Amino acid sequence: MMTSQMAKQPKKSDRSTPDRPSSRHVPPGPSGGVENPFAETPFGRRKRRVEFFAKAVFLLMTLLIVFPLIVIIVYLLYKAFPILSIDFLFTNPTGGMRAGGIWAPLLGTIYLVVISLLVASPVGVLAAVYLNEYARDTWLTRIINLAVVNLAGVPSIVHALFGVGAFVLFSGMGRSILAASLTLAIMTLPVIIAATREALGAVPMAFREACWNLGATRWQTIRRIVLPNSISGILTGIILQVSRAAGETAPVMFTGVVFYKAISEGDLFAYGLFDQCMALSMHLFTISTQVPNVPDALPYGTAVVLLGTVLMVNALSICIRAYLRSRKKW
Amino acid sequence: MIDRHRLEVLTEPAVEWIIRLCGISAIIFVFGIFFFVFREGSGILFRGFDLVEFFTSSQWVPTSIGNKRYGIFALIAGTASVTLLAMAIAVPFGLGTAVFVSEFCTPKLKEAFKIVIELLAAIPSVVWGFIGLTIMNELIIRLFNAPIGLTVLNGGIILALMSIPIIVSIAEDSLKAVPDSYREAAEALGASRWQMVYRVLLPAAKNGLLAAVLLGIARAIGETMAVLMATGHAVRIPRSVLDPVRTLTATIAAELGEAPVHSDHYQVLFLIGVVLFSITFLVNLTADLIVKGIRQK
Repeated sequence: MMTSQMAKQPKKSDRSTPDRPSSRHVPPGPSGGVENPFAETPFGRRKRRVEFFAKAVFLLMTLLIVFPLIVIIVYLLYKAFPILSIDFLFTNPTGGMRAGGIWAPLLGTIYLVVISLLVASPVGVLAAVYLNEYARDTWLTRIINLAVVNLAGVPSIVHALFGVGAFVLFSGMGRSILAASLTLAIMTLPVIIAATREALGAVPMAFREACWNLGATRWQTIRRIVLPNSISGILTGIILQVSRAAGETAPVMFTGVVFYKAISEGDLFAYGLFDQCMALSMHLFTISTQVPNVPDALPYGTAVVLLGTVLMVNALSICIRAYLRSRKKW
Repeated sequence: MIDRHRLEVLTEPAVEWIIRLCGISAIIFVFGIFFFVFREGSGILFRGFDLVEFFTSSQWVPTSIGNKRYGIFALIAGTASVTLLAMAIAVPFGLGTAVFVSEFCTPKLKEAFKIVIELLAAIPSVVWGFIGLTIMNELIIRLFNAPIGLTVLNGGIILALMSIPIIVSIAEDSLKAVPDSYREAAEALGASRWQMVYRVLLPAAKNGLLAAVLLGIARAIGETMAVLMATGHAVRIPRSVLDPVRTLTATIAAELGEAPVHSDHYQVLFLIGVVLFSITFLVNLTADLIVKGIRQK
């Protein structure tokens, strides 16, 4: 019934002028015979009801989206609780990946993220500098923008195919940490470009003009004025890149990550650049689908570590952003 | 001091060239992706590969010894069914949330919701897949009394949750881009919030909302790990939402590891990659043109 009202009601409001004419039919209020122009009319009441209904529906939709996030996190934590400990982080998977911890995949993920970060952040930041500081509104700029948008939209498995074709086979790197990291770097480039552009765009033009008036060249202005003033925004983008790269599975599973590889525990430099490695995301996939009879808590523990890392990194970036906004000087 | 200054001026052209090179890197990478994926897959095209059969046959038997068949129609149907179901859920919920967050919320609540949605977007796809495999699987088996929970329904719900954040954030941006004078005019005419939203804001922002939906679709088509783990693994055209299917992306992910390099099977998998790249490229291009259209107005 409510919905049919909702559908009809706005059409009516189109034809009749609201409130005034209908208010004449309202019985006289307590003020004795004098017509109260502010008394609620049936039309107004219905409008309010529809309004309340619409708001409730939208609120419900929003809550239904927020709800799964909380349920998922709580449920994963609950199931993983028995296994979570410091030892879990620092021991290798053992017994055909049915026991032990996640040290080898954890270290592998750190390697992949750090190397892809070292490649993607300079290229991404400079690309954004070009787009924001140098490029004029020409066809080339338009094509670059289009390319950035499309690079962000390429499916992750196609990035994997590209990594296999370009790095593993064509460049002869073989399946290695380097090939996997480069694939990840290209995949996460749009994140850095977008965040850096936003940060550079927030630096007022007057800063640059003042610097040019002192005789500085374009690059001097960028290096001394624009970049220092936007460094925290750029950092936010780079942190987001970390969280994206840490969670990706498809691009690395054919370019350098293997099912199982034992490394010495506690050694931070256990992998070489051309070695293959394990990764947390791939490890979660393996033990939850490929290995039979894994004790229940193990994949949940891995999922919690992966999800926890990613969410914490994201929360860090959100905090930096909020802090920046609160102390913006211009 | 003067020397340092001269050094800076002298190196400036080199620095500018590096910046310019980085600037066009995105173009190079997009072309590179197409080039290398096509290069690996194209070999089979010159050996009398039947493209019509490739797109229309639903026989995908890549590893049989005598009778290998490479028809991706069932895989396309799998991708389409999961994407359609995901969008049937994600579009109303995504747009509804965007409207609520942008029009009905207090500023503080708005910040909180935006953070939650950002965190939702950050959950890695393999974790979504794991959720589909465990929580959703059990839920569907219990609720529908189904023999297995890894179905179109499972994948659709997971994909919906994954594409909702992107739909919300872009739809919210486009609602924010509607000038406040529109809202003021509507309020001055006595419109309630809801009347304002659906008679003024939605028509004014409809291009941006369409772009949001398109980008959500592109995300759903391209998603790999989540559908690989959550949709079961049966190559068939689904008859109901409780049938298991296999998508284009999941096929590549599942079989690339086993296909010998440069074999027919391997090259067909790369051709599927070309198909996927083309589809998402077109969808993204359309969305981008729609957004550009708004800005020019």
